[in-house]
Amino acid sequence: MIKLEHINKQFKGKYALKDINLSINKNETTVILGPSGAGKSTLLRTLNLLEQPQSGLYQIDDQSVDFSKYISQNQILTIRRMTAMVFQSWNLFPHLKILQNITEGPIHVLKQSKSKAQENARHLLKLVGLPDVEGMYPNQLSGGQQQRISICRALAMDPKYTLFDEPTSALDPEIEAQVLRILLKLAAQKRSMIVVTHNMEFAKKVADQIVFVENGQIEFTGSREEFFDEPSGRIHDFLTAMEL
Amino acid sequence: MWDTIVSSTPQIVQAGLEFTIPLSIISFALGFIISIFTAMIRISNPKGNIVFKLLWRFLKLIADFYVWLFRSTPELVQLFIVFFGLPNIGIQFPAFTAGIVVFSLNTGAYCSESIRSAIQSIPEGQWEAASSIGMKYWQVMSLIIFPQAIRVALPPLSNSFISLVKDTSLASSITITEMFMVSQQIAAKNYEPLLMYSIVAVYYAVICTLLTWLQHYLEKRTSRYLINRGA
Ligand SMILES: Nc1ncnc2c1ncn2[C@@H]1O[C@H](COP(=O)(O)OP(=O)(O)OP(=O)(O)O)[C@@H](O)[C@H]1O
Ligand SMILES: [Mg+2]
Repeated sequence: MIKLEHINKQFKGKYALKDINLSINKNETTVILGPSGAGKSTLLRTLNLLEQPQSGLYQIDDQSVDFSKYISQNQILTIRRMTAMVFQSWNLFPHLKILQNITEGPIHVLKQSKSKAQENARHLLKLVGLPDVEGMYPNQLSGGQQQRISICRALAMDPKYTLFDEPTSALDPEIEAQVLRILLKLAAQKRSMIVVTHNMEFAKKVADQIVFVENGQIEFTGSREEFFDEPSGRIHDFLTAMEL
Repeated sequence: MWDTIVSSTPQIVQAGLEFTIPLSIISFALGFIISIFTAMIRISNPKGNIVFKLLWRFLKLIADFYVWLFRSTPELVQLFIVFFGLPNIGIQFPAFTAGIVVFSLNTGAYCSESIRSAIQSIPEGQWEAASSIGMKYWQVMSLIIFPQAIRVALPPLSNSFISLVKDTSLASSITITEMFMVSQQIAAKNYEPLLMYSIVAVYYAVICTLLTWLQHYLEKRTSRYLINRGA
């Protein structure tokens, strides 16, 4: 379980996150929604400690962090291992072949044996429907394929929570569906996922919890039924604006 | 003319094998190592307690000063200071060692700039992707960033190496009998300066051409991953 309390993050004096309080359950899919610049990425990156807020408490399973105090490098690494991240622009390692892109973390961070890491990587490649690309380099693949590989890279770390920051916004719509179907599969397996997305269909389908962020603050948390069926003021406007 | 070319060959080749080439290779190897350390010191901002941070600041200052010093003074002057000047304060090197010291520090200063800018040219997303799966700083650096940066740095590093080969001719001024010095000595005897200096120029050109080929080979090897889809 993840718990954030009174998280404040400023960039050059401007709040990106303001007094964030949030609980996220294990084995659920949490979808973070909100307009551009709301602070969604900052919130997600905080969970992986790519961003460190100025103050607030962060608890993830047995680890707890007080951002107003010094955080040891060891703890940062521990928490990062628990929360692998999938990026909007996938960020595969271009100089490594696909298989090594996936096994690099398990081998060097988790100290898995090479053969075990490779076996696991091949299994994941099958899961995302790309069993034949292990010997290729990332830029031989399309964007959608690269994103599926980057999902493998994250899953190979066997993270407690998998974080997705707009995993499909750089992709064409029909490719987007391929990637989102993988996320649906993972949701069905009861993986703990936290997904920032603009795709309402996806949110409607799998979100166990929806978090709506605006101006660095959480304006809503609740079930998808509450969110979509009886949207109140600001959320109503947001949803209407998304419609054609 | 042929006689002169043939008779001078053994002496010039020997000077090349004995001084020019070892001086170049050893200085470049040392300079490369120095440049990596210098670049790392200048770009990293390690976390830690206040004492550690102050110490790092100090290291950075030294690294900045070092790069500035060697880039803003002539190599010939540096050679003179080390070989003829330092003995005044009791620091004495054999000529060859003095050459190595100056050439490797010089190469280190220039290459550290190449390496620094190559590392900084690697997109932030690579750091983030590698860090986000829990890699330590030095793992990110050595497994992800450096292998990509070295491809970017290869052309400027090769330039430095080629310049270095030519600059070793300056070592003649501190009594090292490298190729240029030998051709000078022969010219003084046979009164054929045009021919002798042309011959030695060709030898330099041969070495530098070989290095250019090596550069192209390495560029190809390190760029394998850039093959495009469908290509
Ligand atoms: N590294 C940074 N330096 C300065 N300001 C930043 C930085 N990162 C984010 N911000 C600011 O913080 C605010 C929140 O940014 P964030 O990227 O979290 O928004 P977002 O909800 O993810 O938006 P988008 O939907 O466009 O991705 C924005 O105003 C942004 O300009
Ligand atoms: Mg964002």
